[in-house]
Amino acid sequence: MLRKKTSGVARGPLSSSFIGKAAETVVDRRAFLRGSGLAIGGLATAAALVGSNVTPAHAVGAGAAVEIKKSVCTHCSVGCTVVAEVQNGVWTGQEPGWDSPINLGAHCAKGASVRETASGERRLKYPMKLTGGKWVRMSWDDAINEIGDQMLDIREKSGPDSVYWLGSAKHSNEQAYLFRKFYAYWGTNNGDHQARICHSTTVAGVANTWGYGAMTNSYNDMHNSKAIFIIGGNPAEAHPVSLMHVLKAKEQNNAPVIVCDPRFTRTAAHADEYVRFRPGSDVALIWGIMWHIFDNKWEDKEFIRQRVYGMEDVVAEVKKWDPAETERVTGVPGEQLKRVAKIMANNRPGTFVWCMGGTQHTNGNNNTRAYCALQLALGNMGTAGGGANIFRGHCNVQGATDFCVLSHSLPGYYGLSAGAWKHWARVWDEDIDWLKGRFDSIKGKDGKSKSLMNMKGIPVSRWIDGVLEDKDNIDQPDNLRAMVFWGHAPNSQTRLKEMKTAMEKLDLMVVIDPYPTVSAVLSDRTDGVYLLPATTQFETYGSVTASNRSLQWREKIIEPSFDSLPDHTIIYKFAKKFGFADRMFRKIKVTNDEPYVEDVTREFNGGMWTIGYTGQSPERIKAHMANQHVFDRTTLQAVGGELDGEYYGLPWPCWGTAEMGHPGTPLLYDTSKPVAEGGLCFRARFGVEHEGNNLLAEGSYPVGSEIKDGYPEFTMGMLKKLGWDGDLTADERSAIEKVAGDKTNWKVDLSGGIQRVAIKHGCAPFGNAKARVKVWTFPDPIPLHREPLYTSRRDLVADYPTYSDRKLYRLPTLYKSIQDVDHTAAYPMILTSGRLVEYEGGGDETRSNPWLAELQQDMFVEMNPFDANGKNIRNGDMVWVKTPEGAQIKVMAQVTERVARGVAFLPFHFGGHLEGKDLRSKYPEGSDPYVLGESANTAFTYGYDSVTLMQESKCSLCTIERV
Amino acid sequence: MARMKFLCDAERCIECNACVTACKNEHEVPWGVNRRRVVTIQDGKPGERSISVACMHCSDAPCMAVCPVDCFYQTEQGVVLHSKDLCIGCGYCFYACPFGAPQYPQAGNYGSRGKMDKCTFCAGGPEDDMSSLEFQKYGRNRLAEGKLPICAEMCSTKALLAGDGDQVSNIFRERIVARGFGSGAWGWGTAYSIKG
Repeated sequence: MLRKKTSGVARGPLSSSFIGKAAETVVDRRAFLRGSGLAIGGLATAAALVGSNVTPAHAVGAGAAVEIKKSVCTHCSVGCTVVAEVQNGVWTGQEPGWDSPINLGAHCAKGASVRETASGERRLKYPMKLTGGKWVRMSWDDAINEIGDQMLDIREKSGPDSVYWLGSAKHSNEQAYLFRKFYAYWGTNNGDHQARICHSTTVAGVANTWGYGAMTNSYNDMHNSKAIFIIGGNPAEAHPVSLMHVLKAKEQNNAPVIVCDPRFTRTAAHADEYVRFRPGSDVALIWGIMWHIFDNKWEDKEFIRQRVYGMEDVVAEVKKWDPAETERVTGVPGEQLKRVAKIMANNRPGTFVWCMGGTQHTNGNNNTRAYCALQLALGNMGTAGGGANIFRGHCNVQGATDFCVLSHSLPGYYGLSAGAWKHWARVWDEDIDWLKGRFDSIKGKDGKSKSLMNMKGIPVSRWIDGVLEDKDNIDQPDNLRAMVFWGHAPNSQTRLKEMKTAMEKLDLMVVIDPYPTVSAVLSDRTDGVYLLPATTQFETYGSVTASNRSLQWREKIIEPSFDSLPDHTIIYKFAKKFGFADRMFRKIKVTNDEPYVEDVTREFNGGMWTIGYTGQSPERIKAHMANQHVFDRTTLQAVGGELDGEYYGLPWPCWGTAEMGHPGTPLLYDTSKPVAEGGLCFRARFGVEHEGNNLLAEGSYPVGSEIKDGYPEFTMGMLKKLGWDGDLTADERSAIEKVAGDKTNWKVDLSGGIQRVAIKHGCAPFGNAKARVKVWTFPDPIPLHREPLYTSRRDLVADYPTYSDRKLYRLPTLYKSIQDVDHTAAYPMILTSGRLVEYEGGGDETRSNPWLAELQQDMFVEMNPFDANGKNIRNGDMVWVKTPEGAQIKVMAQVTERVARGVAFLPFHFGGHLEGKDLRSKYPEGSDPYVLGESANTAFTYGYDSVTLMQESKCSLCTIERV
Repeated sequence: MARMKFLCDAERCIECNACVTACKNEHEVPWGVNRRRVVTIQDGKPGERSISVACMHCSDAPCMAVCPVDCFYQTEQGVVLHSKDLCIGCGYCFYACPFGAPQYPQAGNYGSRGKMDKCTFCAGGPEDDMSSLEFQKYGRNRLAEGKLPICAEMCSTKALLAGDGDQVSNIFRERIVARGFGSGAWGWGTAYSIKG
């Protein structure tokens, strides 16, 4: 028998062709190997492969020392550590990040192939512009000058609000912060990012319930859960590594896993109880479950008495949702919901997970608040194993949200009030009057001039209406005339056909991204489009916030590929062009146009007091990254060593200054620990009383609190009243005095003294109140079921109508006028959408990765055999999916019982086809993704949440026909 | 001496395909060749389960038995490897293999298939350990570097286990005990169907 040979033998036959010409400036592993004739590529080589097909670079670069670099995966929000092996500046291998307490070495298909993202051949390689329908290469300087001149011209003629700055959840914290600051300096609130169309209804709903709009516990904390309730989420595909933690609880705690979803997902396949319900009926389903909880008196009465406001109004609403009515609306039998209620009641604490299936609805804010109400009724909040574990989507959507790359707030959720601007002007050492002068104004109804500085901008979900709507109907001087897509996939947004029209109407379009994205090909423009190559996060460095609020530090793995530049460098170049770079970067060192990242971290440390992004200095975050192995894998707390007692990544709020050494807050609102050690209570955010009722907590407070009851948020005046102001240092006292004297509160005290003293006495700086299940400032104070705009159940419209039409975020927004039209005869099926594990977001990046593209080569629609057979459609047939606003997409039919009768499902990661037309030829040469397909959102229709303008992309109508 | 084994825990596999892309990334396996694949049964129905499948490195490997040119060999750790120099691409091993492991770069009959390629348990091939020739033909030799197969090391839910068969069994046994035992009330899940 053959045994190991001791000397080399002749190589087998070799041949290879590789697709795409890698650019001159990048050396990837394949280019590294070119000389050997062994390199392999994607599609084009599939037919020409030979036996000798494996070609790691270090074989060729033998002897080159291996350098290990640590970064964080750039796909979902779990925050998996990526360990890269680098040789001679080339990323040659990836090893499991065993030390990371978050992923323990694990990855999903995307994380295991991120190396390809950094050095992929299909990247956008140089600045380019569209001239006469052709992509022409240009220099960075020319690009910045040309674009800048056109923008300044638009600013001159139409005002700063006619340029839209669309940011990204892929930016690092530092880049996101600079981006937000950048469009403030430009003089507009017309900026936003993907959080709007991801979890905006969560952030609004949850923050208005108990204070902060973030995941309360952590992925790891689910090890403590006795039950796991997942609704509108498919983490097995969207957050695969989180399932490691879910399955641990399922095995070791015998925790039942309940999955509520219209679709039998890969997550549902691992559930103990799968609840299939009709898309868009979340509130009805939750109230139907709570009906059994109240009916059997399973609620936690003491918890509600001490820590919840408004529950009796929920009880009244829930009374209407008896098993019969719940089944009529949701389709779920009462017996099953009783079983679910009982499981949740008997297995406490249980955790509650939701994702986009719950948020992307016209009444998404109602859904998220109903979920909170269920957890509050069960007393599952503020405890290990419980919580609202809201899995965020992108790698840094939590961070970008926290820095408020949004149209309605300044960083740290300070809002847009005069006080908020004053606070940030103070942090920036900026002249507030100069800032004011940057903004335009409009005449209000009362005839008085109002600065747009304090008015919400247009959200990303509606930018197309900012272009297409008659300008007299928009609360700003002119339409949008220039769009900047800075790390955004346009196919992640609904109404793509109208977007195409909007793109064609713009004066100027700028795409800044590592990939050309669908923005480059969707419209029929022949001029006035610029593509600027940004680096991936693997070619730069900085901090990133995972879904559990932990900050992690990415190291630069390789130098920027091709002609790409890091986003913060591009921001600086534009700031310089617009003439405010010296003001904007006055506290930040800049070398060769690249701002020094650590200086940016320190600048936001100095201003983000509301949510405690103040204690995470670059040095502390880096120390955590370097010592990942010392953190417990369930509690995330460091055991021993220099970091003893700190929580991994200093999950916010990490109160006070870095010098104060707060360990971070692993679980929000957990009163079993002192605030100084990561404990907390619900935030006093909504005043101290409502309609004569006390809103402060009663008899509940974090361990060690010197105030043994509820209290409002801290101010200097309150410290004086308590006699604690003597604990302030002289420096702190003078800093507080400078802001607003006794009125200075914990959010605007730049010394952190008020926070420090409050915590010293065991108190939470933000007060100690009840959570509220009744949000009196929202359209539906108690969450109500409302039928979707495009509902298939006309019989329910009279009982559960949608809202009246109204004006939101500067724009007219339609509800009733759309719901009034019955489309069910021509479009009888419900259309919903979701994710696939192989791709992410709009998919431009992942579809350009051959390892991933190979696994999903066709855009498809899932339909039930019952519906397919009725239309004579077989598995694999090409079909047209048509929707009521006149769009159609040509996709492959996947006939499966995964979806119920009358429901069709589309994955939303595809792009590059439009209504049957292949747009491949419109990409810059060599930058087209391997896999193209119809975008689900070409088919998706109008519909926006009543608070945040989240788009409705989980519930519409369609019909499916054979091609 | 350890006996290397794979085990895929179907209760944990979620078909995320990390094992597939980790393998491709590690060994630069080309489009169309899959050393490892995830198979889903009962797709979209209750009882849906996925398993990650590659060469299982059988004790009495059928591929070895049928190979007309005797290109296979089994290491002392039980890993089944082959020589691409000797392989004639006849495809017999593919028919013999109970797991569908052997892959061929081209469609076609007999020799036109090209050299057979399959999972090496990240243990390379007959050439010198960690030599460039070994890398070119078979991929990285992680066992020689003191590491285990990358597919299992990166598995998102630790469903796929690889290593010394005794240790793999011990890990799996612990899970079985936990699943059966629950929160201390042995057999309740089985007896009363509802947990808790």
